[in-house]
Amino acid sequence: MRGIISAAGYLPHWRLQREAITQVLGTSAGKGQRCVASYDEDSLTMAVEAGRKVLADAPAAPPSAVWFCTTSPTYAEKTNATVAHAALRLGSEVIAADAGSGLRGPAAALRSALRSTDPAVLVLAGDVRTGLSGSVDEKDGGDAGAAVLVGEGAAGSEVAVIAEYLGGASATREFLDRWRSPGEVRTRSWEDRFGEQRYGDLAAQAWEAGLKDAGLDLDQLSKVAVVGPRPRAGAALVKKLGAAGVEVIDSLASSVGFAGAAQPLLMLTALIEQSQPGQVIALLAMADGADVFFFRVTDAAVTAATATTAVTVADQLEDGDNTLLYSKYLSWRNVLPVQPPNRPEPARMSAAAAERRLDWKYGFVGSKDRESSALHLPPARVSFVGGNIDDMDPAPMADIAATVATFTVDSLAYSPSPPVVFAVCDFAGGGRLPVELTDVRPADVSIGMTVEMTFRRLNTADGIANYFWKARPVRGQKTSLGQSETTEQN
Amino acid sequence: MASHGIKDQVAIIGMGCTQFKEHWDRSTDDLLIDAVTDTLASAGVEKDQVDAWWLGTAQSGMSGVTLAAPLKLQNKPVTRVENYCATGSEALRQACYAVASGAYDIAAAVGVEKVKDSGYQGLNAFPIPTDGTQRTLTAAGMFSLVAPAYADKYGIDPNELRRTLARIASKNHSNGAKNERAQFRREMSVDSICAMPAVAGMLSVFDCAGVADGAAAAIVVRAADAYKYTDKPIFVKALAMVAGNGSGLADPDFDYTHFDECEAAGKDAYAQAGITNPRTELAMAEVHDCFTPTELVLMEDLGFSARGEAWKDVEAGAFDLHGDLPINTDGGLKSFGHPVGASGLRMLFECWLQLRHEAPADRQIATADRGLALTHNLGGYPGDMVSFVGIWGNRLG
Repeated sequence: MRGIISAAGYLPHWRLQREAITQVLGTSAGKGQRCVASYDEDSLTMAVEAGRKVLADAPAAPPSAVWFCTTSPTYAEKTNATVAHAALRLGSEVIAADAGSGLRGPAAALRSALRSTDPAVLVLAGDVRTGLSGSVDEKDGGDAGAAVLVGEGAAGSEVAVIAEYLGGASATREFLDRWRSPGEVRTRSWEDRFGEQRYGDLAAQAWEAGLKDAGLDLDQLSKVAVVGPRPRAGAALVKKLGAAGVEVIDSLASSVGFAGAAQPLLMLTALIEQSQPGQVIALLAMADGADVFFFRVTDAAVTAATATTAVTVADQLEDGDNTLLYSKYLSWRNVLPVQPPNRPEPARMSAAAAERRLDWKYGFVGSKDRESSALHLPPARVSFVGGNIDDMDPAPMADIAATVATFTVDSLAYSPSPPVVFAVCDFAGGGRLPVELTDVRPADVSIGMTVEMTFRRLNTADGIANYFWKARPVRGQKTSLGQSETTEQN
Repeated sequence: MASHGIKDQVAIIGMGCTQFKEHWDRSTDDLLIDAVTDTLASAGVEKDQVDAWWLGTAQSGMSGVTLAAPLKLQNKPVTRVENYCATGSEALRQACYAVASGAYDIAAAVGVEKVKDSGYQGLNAFPIPTDGTQRTLTAAGMFSLVAPAYADKYGIDPNELRRTLARIASKNHSNGAKNERAQFRREMSVDSICAMPAVAGMLSVFDCAGVADGAAAAIVVRAADAYKYTDKPIFVKALAMVAGNGSGLADPDFDYTHFDECEAAGKDAYAQAGITNPRTELAMAEVHDCFTPTELVLMEDLGFSARGEAWKDVEAGAFDLHGDLPINTDGGLKSFGHPVGASGLRMLFECWLQLRHEAPADRQIATADRGLALTHNLGGYPGDMVSFVGIWGNRLG
């Protein structure tokens, strides 16, 4: 049985209320909110955060391929997916590549993964949605990451699928609807009605072909997720589904915003999370064409959902900071550059030094002295306890929680978003790292608070994005388990 | 295997120190020429009589040519040394050992830093290519971690500790006001310091060392030769140095209330000098008050106060200019300023003045006849530093 082994969304901590845009610009930006990537997040870091969840859920299904999808890549020329490959500590035999720079990347990667014979394929997506101040893309866009692990599973075996793939279809036709030159903030578009009609035709075509491919009738369907770059794209099909009693799930438009290349996988994740075993569900993704995927949710979805580590899209929506200022948002996206502290900006990292320390820099792997068990962050060859040389084991620390031993707030240090909040963090079971905190307000930090590690982009110099890990208050707990202590302090 | 020291084997016979300030009109070369000229005059020796030179500078130049070129030295060995903010002390240490070894009759230690040409505030380290994972906190940020840890460990109300730290800064400003070479010569009250906005943890800019350009130098000869040059030589009693292994950053047992490197260097220095009770045997100490919490915990690391008691001693005025152990009588890094490569030698310069009873009358200490002074110079960060401790005396034995 081939299908989805695991799926996860990642919503950044910060939420911009559209009312906050209205207050500044004076013209209504509508209701609701959008998710905002922090200044130290990008398409890759958010995809990695989602990927971490997916891989943690399926330790027995290591992927043999990783496809990364975004319209806001860190690099051209250089492959972005290899950064995620390193952060997720995948083996060198695993291929990692980008699924293009367009919105259709995730549908193509998902389709390819479902058709592949590889036991497991990881599809990652992340997008930071930008637009000119006051634009529809700015207010209705949203930043998010998502990941699905596609592969073979069987009930009762080590690897089970939570959603069995039943079939699907695609429809493609070149037409100019929305376009953006690389590096630009603004996406331009043709007249709305043109794109809406083209998408309507393509969606209808793919839908009918998909039903036929899956051998399904409309009345067998329970829920559908519809994804498109225009709210009214596919409206006719949505109306038809509604008339047939099929639930079209919430598009997250008023809570997350349209998350670009992350949206199809984020919506597929939400769709599975909202469905019951046995239900037939569909994902319709429109982007320069239309792609339809039909799945049947399995009993394994229940097991996955009840795992204490499972944090749903809905859980994450409950847990965030809704008070982000519009001015801060604009400065984070560099639409409104702000004066930095008068300190030198960081030098670019050394490619050779970074590669030598790949496991540390990207994987957050320290070392543990075999004799004394002393944990070394960063990894060391000589133990600070006992002095043994080259007698250490790797110590992966990315998923270990830590406690703040002491902290400070530094208004003088360089940061893309001052001040720097910095803490000495002691890891459960041993190990200490003085490290920057993120997704936190200075007043909310306290000695003894629990933090978790998160993969971030520290800075960019000479076009080189410098990735490493920061600590943040433990987030995204299952709402059923109650809010974490640290969250309550916010 | 032992640290024997070179007690009473070498002596300082001349010193010089420029003003420490924003020397917009002075280059590194100018500062070196000024400090060396004053120092040679102080010692009564000619440039060519100096057999070997050590130059301490953290980032204002590379190699001995940095000194040899402006001074136009003729075929002399010049070694440039660097050891974080303890660079000046390191140059001095090497010059002393060179003379003690018998290799040279006269050696010079020179320290210089031209920090104000960078265009940035504060001190900024030369970027060495790395994997990009190093913390980017300022030194102020790193040392600010000490304050809450100290308050927490000893049950001190943070507001009370804030006033104690301000008292340290206020004392150093008061001393610096009496020093014509100091960068900041304005007295600052505890209340006015406490009212400043915090920039790193609870620290304001008035808890931070002044950032200044400057140079200082010393001439070193064998102790047996010292009285040929001066009737008031200053003898080397101890030179101790520890380079920490950085484990404080990784070791959860390190609690940010003490600096192991400083304690170890102090113990070594006291053993070399034969000092058993530094609080009463020393006439004074110049310590590395890069930030006010640093001076606070150094009082404990160097054995001047019992653990957890330094804040009380500070409040009681023990370390004031006329306290029982005057600390940073020249204003310290806080008020005198901190041209990195020069600071260690600047500390010795104050001991030189005080132990020779040559300090200005309004800051001459009453304890000078105890005859021993300590300089403490560190570089780096809590848990990850180098530390130097030197002890100097105005008589043999």
